[in-house]
Amino acid sequence: MKYMMFVIADPAAAAEAEPNANDWTIDQWLADVEGRGKRVTGDQLRPTSDATTVRVSRGEVVVSDGPFTESKEWICGFDILECDDLDEAIAIAARHPQANGGKLELRPFWTDES
Amino acid sequence: MASLIRLTGDWDLAEDCVQDAVEKALQRWPLEGVPRSPGGWLTTVARNRALDVLRRRQNERAKLQQLALLQDEEQPSVSDDRLRLIFTCCHPAIALENRVALTLKTVAGLSTAEIARGLLVSESTLSQRLLRTKAKIANAGIPYRVPPPELLAERTGGVLAVLYLIFNEGYGQLDDYLATEAERLARVLVELMPDEDEALSLLALITLQLARRATRFDAGGDLVPIEEQDRRRWDATLIEAGRRYLRRAAASGRPPGPYRLQAQIAACHATAPDAAATPWPAIVTLYDALLAAHASPVVALNRAVAVGFRDGFAAGLAELDRLAAPALAGYYLLPAARADFLRRLGRSDEARSAYAEAARLVPPGSAEQRLLERRRAELSG
Repeated sequence: MKYMMFVIADPAAAAEAEPNANDWTIDQWLADVEGRGKRVTGDQLRPTSDATTVRVSRGEVVVSDGPFTESKEWICGFDILECDDLDEAIAIAARHPQANGGKLELRPFWTDES
Repeated sequence: MASLIRLTGDWDLAEDCVQDAVEKALQRWPLEGVPRSPGGWLTTVARNRALDVLRRRQNERAKLQQLALLQDEEQPSVSDDRLRLIFTCCHPAIALENRVALTLKTVAGLSTAEIARGLLVSESTLSQRLLRTKAKIANAGIPYRVPPPELLAERTGGVLAVLYLIFNEGYGQLDDYLATEAERLARVLVELMPDEDEALSLLALITLQLARRATRFDAGGDLVPIEEQDRRRWDATLIEAGRRYLRRAAASGRPPGPYRLQAQIAACHATAPDAAATPWPAIVTLYDALLAAHASPVVALNRAVAVGFRDGFAAGLAELDRLAAPALAGYYLLPAARADFLRRLGRSDEARSAYAEAARLVPPGSAEQRLLERRRAELSG
């Protein structure tokens, strides 16, 4: 099953997070998921100060500076995972460095059957 | 039901086929007589119907082959399937309220109407939630299985939490059928996981609390606080059963988990011949242990109350005031506990304000509110 994993930065949570000696670095995480063939692709994203939001309203293209949401939390990266089931995806997300002090959202892709 | 879900991977199809088989049975058995193995008959008929439906689905060819093969094989144990079902219904990726609803529907077998009534929601709301939840399980890839060893401890904790939540939903109502349903589910879990001492402890906790059900509400449907309950009407058989489960759990030799500690606290209350004989020092010690391993604001609150009964109400009040107020904001039991201690200390004006504050935090017209108002009124004049 394919999952989009949004990597989310949460400044409030990051301020309170305590580093854990067992936490993986991003390189360790990548080595693990790529070594096991669980990661299709992914990348880091530039911050929301570099974002542009686009919509069309009454035929007019409306462009604005910044992300689509006012939230303090922001998407700082993504990975596309290929896993047997949600538990496997959860285990992978839990080992991502951003799990401690940030969050990860796992969203399944549409499949042909659904 | 559980084995059909395993075979077809389709909850709705499994439900339809079981219903279909039951309807056929209701038509045929009065005429033809009940077969020697009614369960086996139903399973075979339901499975054949599932086969028919799947046959018609082009993209289910692989599953069809699997089914046909398995028909001649040894049936995996029914208990394995029931355990898989329980763990799947209680998966952490499902919202807690939906874990409760789905467990009551597919594990306990209650009707949508019965569940809606017990959870105080409309039937259509509940139907929607059940549909959404089954869709989430399929779409998000929640696996249908008993979790592997590295996940089993935390997932078992999740199952126990759902069962205890079902118990509490029921126990708080005059018609407490959800509480007795939770007891039944806890018993099933103990049968399915005989080595899991926390399952036994949960059963002990539920049983010990159920022993008090005859005295929880008075004839007018109002709450009776534990120290006013007539202990002669507590069910001695259930108390003895609860203590037996607790002894078996303790015999595991494992350090006590949260449910064992809570069951031990319940046992302290249940075995005291009257309120004055309640072993408060032992209860405080148990709360200390609970707080050390499984801290929560509610546990801290309950411990503070126990300290008040052990060391005197002024000490109890001081303990309550030490609690981190933000964590308990909006939780009526904090001002209610303060009000109770203030009342016992003769500080009536302050007690009245605290009762009023607590009454604002509970649903209007609820049994809790009536009790708080009664206490407040008793202090006037």
